[in-house]
Amino acid sequence: MTTSVIEVSGLRKAFGDRVVLDGVDLRVEAGTIFSLLGPNGAGKTTTVNVLTTLVRADGGSVRVAGHDVATEARAVRSVIGVTGQFAAVDELLTGRENLQLMVDLGRVPARDGKRVVAELLERFELTESAGKPASTYSGGMRRKLDLAMTLVGNPRIIFLDEPTTGLDPRSRRTMWSIIRDLVADGVSVFLTTQYLEEADQLAHRVAVLDQGRLVAQGTPDELKRQIPGTHVRLRLATAADLDAAGRIFPDAARDEEALTVRVPSDGGTASLRALLDRLDEYHLRAEEFSVHTPDLDDVFLALTGRTTEVTAK
Amino acid sequence: MSTSHAMVMLRRNFTHITRNPTSVFNAVLMPIVIMLMFVYMFGDAFSVGVDYIDYATPGLMLLAVCYGLGATATAVNSDMTKGIINRFKVMHVSRGAVLTGHVVATVLTNLVAIAALIAVAFLLGFDPSASLLDWLGVLGIIVLLGFAAAWLTVALGLAAKSVETAGLAAVPLVMLPFFSSAIVPADKMGPGLREFAEYQPFTPIIETLRGLLNSTPSTTDTIIAVAWCTAIALVGYLWARATFNKRA
Repeated sequence: MTTSVIEVSGLRKAFGDRVVLDGVDLRVEAGTIFSLLGPNGAGKTTTVNVLTTLVRADGGSVRVAGHDVATEARAVRSVIGVTGQFAAVDELLTGRENLQLMVDLGRVPARDGKRVVAELLERFELTESAGKPASTYSGGMRRKLDLAMTLVGNPRIIFLDEPTTGLDPRSRRTMWSIIRDLVADGVSVFLTTQYLEEADQLAHRVAVLDQGRLVAQGTPDELKRQIPGTHVRLRLATAADLDAAGRIFPDAARDEEALTVRVPSDGGTASLRALLDRLDEYHLRAEEFSVHTPDLDDVFLALTGRTTEVTAK
Repeated sequence: MSTSHAMVMLRRNFTHITRNPTSVFNAVLMPIVIMLMFVYMFGDAFSVGVDYIDYATPGLMLLAVCYGLGATATAVNSDMTKGIINRFKVMHVSRGAVLTGHVVATVLTNLVAIAALIAVAFLLGFDPSASLLDWLGVLGIIVLLGFAAAWLTVALGLAAKSVETAGLAAVPLVMLPFFSSAIVPADKMGPGLREFAEYQPFTPIIETLRGLLNSTPSTTDTIIAVAWCTAIALVGYLWARATFNKRA
């Protein structure tokens, strides 16, 4: 049996004339990672702000851990942890002092404070830098400290608003493994991201947000099923070669500008060999050859008619 | 719960001051530099009827209050824009605790700056005839003004879009004392400026301080000064509260 920790229906929010959320429905099951995916300006942060009691919705109902965010904000706040888009650490305080601040604000009984702080520093590999001001930390360390601060007091539902934006690939992977560990401990995670790979890697369920509306929702695999399957992409040298390739692979999709054809394929060695043999047979050479398995980028393109690259910074 | 949160916040603000001493240095040193400048360089050029240091000290005390405000505005704004205030909000830390921490830290910084200023003034020959009771009145007015200016500055800091504009927002408050009776008596100013100087809030506050330090307190000035401070504090508080609740 699954229980929902977050239930949102008909969520609406406008700032003046600008409608930011236009009827969002979603549900997050306990102990899972739910990812809200969308380009900048889609309304991800506003959704997080409403769900975490920071912003009041104009319409719809939002329940977090069974509590209404509008009327029972206090109860909601006692069970959630939030890591915002910008690392909300106090730069003039040291890493340890930042964590101690969270302890002092009543998240943990004072007598456990020192132990909790030490454990979190250890877990996030910040022990060595614990005595240095957070202003000297790298972007990755700041994010880790930020998340560690969120975890003081063991919240059962955690909101992460673009936790890896601006991080280098290595720090991003570290962050991913930390998030996976959280879920392994039974925590539910609501994650926003503009990186399709991130949602694909982490989330049990993904919802695609575009201009304030959810345009798709499902498991990463379900979403991938909504778009063309695995295919081989061939880049030809000339337009004449492209025409020739179009003739020998009649079911391929052609892109005249990029001089590419997309040939449907299962990606297995047998079918790839057959494809290459067929090219040889017609004395055609491809400049570039790649096997393409659909990722969420394709999903986004298929669902909205736009790529995320245009809007993402 | 809420008072202990306020203490945590105040402690945080003090740690900030010790970590970033330049802001306090500014707040304490600048008024003293200005005092030296006016008393030594210009003092003889102004004829104000009394010893210039005795004339200028009350106004410079007010200037010292204002000089501390830039740091408050930027500190509040950086809390807001860097998401720390949101973190506190989600942890159910009251706006009272967060903002009061800033206000109290500002008032205490003010008091340090003014104590230093008065010490230097005495070295320069400041000779007030105030009684102990008058001094208490001075302290009361300074605290009240500091409190009012701090709430207004907190509101400005919260409302500003960025740290830079927050610093800028406090500039009028720093400039205002110069267009009051702080440095020269209002009736020596040109038309227009004179009327402005006479009716702006800082002039009655300075005249009240002047009266108290001369042991000739004026009831009218005091009432106007207290009314201005209360009004500024109230506007600042309500504005800060509304912005705090609205902005996320």
